[in-house]
Amino acid sequence: MSKREQLLAAAKDRVLIFDGAFGTQIQLRKLSEEDYAGDLGLPADQKGNNDILALTRPDVLSDITRAYFEAGSDIVSTNTFSANRISQADYAAEGLVREINVASGKLARALADEYQAKDGRARFVAGAIGPTNKTLSLSPDVEDPGFREITFDYLVDVYLEQARALVEGGVDFILIETVFDTLNAKAGVMAVKKLERELGREVPVMISMTLTDLSGRNLSGHTVEAFWYAVRHAKPVTIGLNCSFGAEQLRPHVKVLSQIADTLLMIYPNAGLPNELGEYDELPDTTAGLVKDWADHGQVNILGGCCGSSPAHIAAIAKAVANSEPRVVPQPEPAMKLAGLEAFIAA
Amino acid sequence: MTQPSSSRFINIGERTNVTGSAAFKKLIMAGDYAAAVEVARQQVENGAQVIDVNMDEGLLDAVHAMTTFLKLIAAEPDIARVPVMIDSSKFEVIEAGLKCVSGKPIVNSISMKEGEEAFLHHARICMDYGAAVVVMAFDETGQADTKQRKVEICKRAYDLLVKEGFPPEDIIFDPNIFAVATGIEEHNNYGVDFIEAVKELRELCPHAHYSGGLSNLSFSFRGNEPVRRAMHSVFLYHAIPAGLDMAIVNAGQLDVYDQIDPALREACEDVILNRDPDATERLITLAESFKGKNVADEKAAEEWRGWAVEKRLEHALVKGIDAYVVEDTEEARQLANRPIEVIEGPLMDGMNVVGDLFGSGKMFLPQVVKSARVMKKAVAHLIPFIEAEKDLLPEEERKAKGKIIMATVKGDVHDIGKNIVGVVLQCNGYEVIDLGVMVPWPTILQSANDNKADMIGLSGLITPSLDEMVTVAEEMQRAGMTMPLLIGGATTSKVHTALKIDPAYDGPVIHVLDASRAVGVASKLLSDTQRDDYVAEVADEYTHVRDARAGKSASVLLSIEEARANFYDAFLSDKPAPPEQPGLHVFPDWDLAHLRDFIDWTPFFRAWELHGNYPAILTDEVVGETATQLFADANAMLDRLIAEKWLTARGVAGLWPCARDGDDVTIHLPETEEHVRLPFLRQQVKKSRDRANMCLADFIDPAGDWIGGFAVGIHGIDSHSARFQADKDDYSDILLKALADRFAEAFAEALHQHVRTTLWGYAPNEQLTNEALIKEEYRGIRPAPGYPACPDHSLKPILFDLLDAPANAGLTLTESFAMWPTAAVSGFYFGHPEAEYFGVARVGRDQLEDYAARRGVSVEQAERWLRPNLD
Repeated sequence: MSKREQLLAAAKDRVLIFDGAFGTQIQLRKLSEEDYAGDLGLPADQKGNNDILALTRPDVLSDITRAYFEAGSDIVSTNTFSANRISQADYAAEGLVREINVASGKLARALADEYQAKDGRARFVAGAIGPTNKTLSLSPDVEDPGFREITFDYLVDVYLEQARALVEGGVDFILIETVFDTLNAKAGVMAVKKLERELGREVPVMISMTLTDLSGRNLSGHTVEAFWYAVRHAKPVTIGLNCSFGAEQLRPHVKVLSQIADTLLMIYPNAGLPNELGEYDELPDTTAGLVKDWADHGQVNILGGCCGSSPAHIAAIAKAVANSEPRVVPQPEPAMKLAGLEAFIAA
Repeated sequence: MTQPSSSRFINIGERTNVTGSAAFKKLIMAGDYAAAVEVARQQVENGAQVIDVNMDEGLLDAVHAMTTFLKLIAAEPDIARVPVMIDSSKFEVIEAGLKCVSGKPIVNSISMKEGEEAFLHHARICMDYGAAVVVMAFDETGQADTKQRKVEICKRAYDLLVKEGFPPEDIIFDPNIFAVATGIEEHNNYGVDFIEAVKELRELCPHAHYSGGLSNLSFSFRGNEPVRRAMHSVFLYHAIPAGLDMAIVNAGQLDVYDQIDPALREACEDVILNRDPDATERLITLAESFKGKNVADEKAAEEWRGWAVEKRLEHALVKGIDAYVVEDTEEARQLANRPIEVIEGPLMDGMNVVGDLFGSGKMFLPQVVKSARVMKKAVAHLIPFIEAEKDLLPEEERKAKGKIIMATVKGDVHDIGKNIVGVVLQCNGYEVIDLGVMVPWPTILQSANDNKADMIGLSGLITPSLDEMVTVAEEMQRAGMTMPLLIGGATTSKVHTALKIDPAYDGPVIHVLDASRAVGVASKLLSDTQRDDYVAEVADEYTHVRDARAGKSASVLLSIEEARANFYDAFLSDKPAPPEQPGLHVFPDWDLAHLRDFIDWTPFFRAWELHGNYPAILTDEVVGETATQLFADANAMLDRLIAEKWLTARGVAGLWPCARDGDDVTIHLPETEEHVRLPFLRQQVKKSRDRANMCLADFIDPAGDWIGGFAVGIHGIDSHSARFQADKDDYSDILLKALADRFAEAFAEALHQHVRTTLWGYAPNEQLTNEALIKEEYRGIRPAPGYPACPDHSLKPILFDLLDAPANAGLTLTESFAMWPTAAVSGFYFGHPEAEYFGVARVGRDQLEDYAARRGVSVEQAERWLRPNLD
């Protein structure tokens, strides 16, 4: 069975569990510049470059991933949200993109295999690819709305480099996450298609959109429906939403996506909205109660957490939905489903 | 106006195309992209559902122009909301465009011109970017001209693409529209070749779509717009039913088929359908005589025009005369210190007079709506002046009596009642934020919060809307809201509100019976002194309704087996003979003048809250005068809309062999050897004496019988409605919508008569007056899904499939099975002489489960469908 088939099989029986935040967990450990920089000898400060810990403090990442497996995760992600050439350039570490991704992938792979060997339950690794801090759809210059900081082809190359290294490190899926710009996600999809042709085999993708306003649009302005139709050609093994808001705010949009997406639905919200100090203080049981509501309505296949979530949140979610029926993937009639910022269906 | 998210025929805007629009080309060549973006905006505003962008011009760097333009329109949400069609004959331009488009676009086009390999290479790239594609009927040897070549090439392309994994629903064929009437004999059949090819391909290539560039067709008539437009309309009229589902057109410049001069239409038809070798010659001769024409209008001066301006405004408001309101308002503004004083002074005084007259029963709704039209126009004139000095105003003076969010709920498109309530509330000083139709609950809640509304009013006409209202109430509860929720609309009731909606929401929930109550309810809810008592009183009333309901323990239900044993035993040898003309009958344009005679006026007056039967209502002591005036206005509009052909009545009827199978009727479609199952519901309430537990299937013979179906709709209302709305003319807008509804009903009546006397022909000699028709004194019934005998709305998709109603009558369904356009009727024909209407009423769990199994859906699904008939 391919990894796609294995995931689909596991998702038939129950609601699966994804992991929670890396960033929040790393912050708790109050690491120093020396921890981050190690002996790599890079010419810039590394403090805050969470991704580089795969090379300098792999033990920290192992601890966190292990904690998520202990909490009940079926799928974990690699700590590689910013491990791409564009983001790493801020730390003068763009030369280490391959090393970081390979190391992060191997680390997660080894732990997944260890836990699977222990109890026979399938565990999966999703290689996480963040959106970068550049956008293909919007101009950073208000005076010149037609200007773009980067090109589509350049972003495809950036993503391809990262995806290739993640697969080399042993990940099962490429997770294109926190998509604020739909065109960035399409570049990610294109990169994975190129990688598949290089490797001569399927590399299944997972895609996760992030909303920037409560009406349910991302930064490039796409509604949840339009987003799904814009990326559906990637045949993603999961589609979903993460970050930006807590479960409470995502609820209506989860319902919409659940009804139209003919693939698995994976949702990993933040632990509520940040308080005045920018901290997330939603308690594990609160988050779990909110996401359980989706599970009880048969709206989700995979649940996890994003910013502010901890192994305790994941454990609470796993417990809350242990007996919930997973969402049945709908099979809509074939129809030409186009998208501008809004969906347009030709009957 | 909101339109449903799916639609059958797609208008692709053609103005952002340098090969098709000289004006656009000029802008692009001059590098004036800002103005070019405005062209795209106008296209979308004019109703283009997709915009075609083409930069193929020899002197232009097409890659640069394409990417620049696409990036610019991506920054305009009003434009970027619709999908883009990237149009170029050069694939490198297409691929450069694909890298700039964030949604799911259409590529126009790829073809087998350079052989299969290049074709599939291009197709794979489109697939990688997730684009739908237009495939031109073009192969290694050239463009397909004959029907046979078009079909051959498209089918070959289809098979190749599908084998490659290309989604068939994302393939759009362009089988080439070529110029006709060129004087070259071989070109004469090009129109027919296209139409016939599409018809055949539709069978051969499941899920694929068909498109074409219309402007080629009329190439020989360059410079003669009236003739070109007529040719395009005539062509679409014939090609759409054949399967053309989109076309690149100038959406603002298509004529309505029936509005084309009959001689010109006939000549175009002869040319396009190649009916006559001299057709081209005749069209060329005729074309010379077509030029535009102008319409003039004038105003007559009247006595009251000599009065003081305040008096003139009051008179205009009370009488509903809008001819001079802008100039009078301007005059009053110049006399006033501040523009707001015109509203607070003469306009509000005038509206108070209207309000008093309405409150004391001396004025009626139709007049009030007219008054509101005048008020709206006056206010619209003042708003720019008020805005200009808004910051100077104290908060208090800007405040309306209260702010009300109104919406027709998701899945429903009916808005006459909601618009009337909105107008009445506005007349009484409330600020109404009307969210339109098909409004999902997050929008309602958010708008209520954003605007700090005082209450929400929900409207709906079809039964699934009742469920949606419960959802809104639940979500308001979940969101911790406390503002009052008002419920209105034809299917809503005090009982439903008390039983289902009120318990879902802790805030006040009030069922508002009709528009005349709306103001009273709103003012009590916003009154400091009356609010609490009123809310408590209504809550008590609803509790009482619930208790009464609980105590009554409802009627006793039989088991479904018992109910079936007590079926209605019709005398089956009386069943109607087989139809004279079985199969489908399409009526693309039923004569409106004929339908006018079939109008049932009583419901028309009821829509305006004037109660009484027509024609007695015209001489009624209380409402007679208003009714007479309304009737006159309605007839004046009818005269105009028939003469100017505003609307098109499209319908389809079908007659099929069938048999009863339990509570199902199975229809046998002879052409395709298909069987279609129509499951019906049976009465389960225990009957007194020997009355049967009826089910529609009881009127059908198990040994073989006939059944019919129909769907009719009134098209063309939108542009006129938009015109009235732009003109702040709610009165005419509501009048038009109410008349369109009447036309739909009249059409159903007329078509049923045609079926009885001719198509089925079981009553060839029937002679009935319109009154007798209204009283249904004929043989046979036409129950509609969603009405008591057949309460499940979800039968509509089955009926629509049987009739191919989207293609044959231009009707579509929303997710709650409301028909679009709104003025539409559909149903089944039963011809047995004993067939009669009845109400299924309450059904039991056992029938629900049985029904779910028969429909092949989950019990939960069936429960949603049948909720109004469950406990």
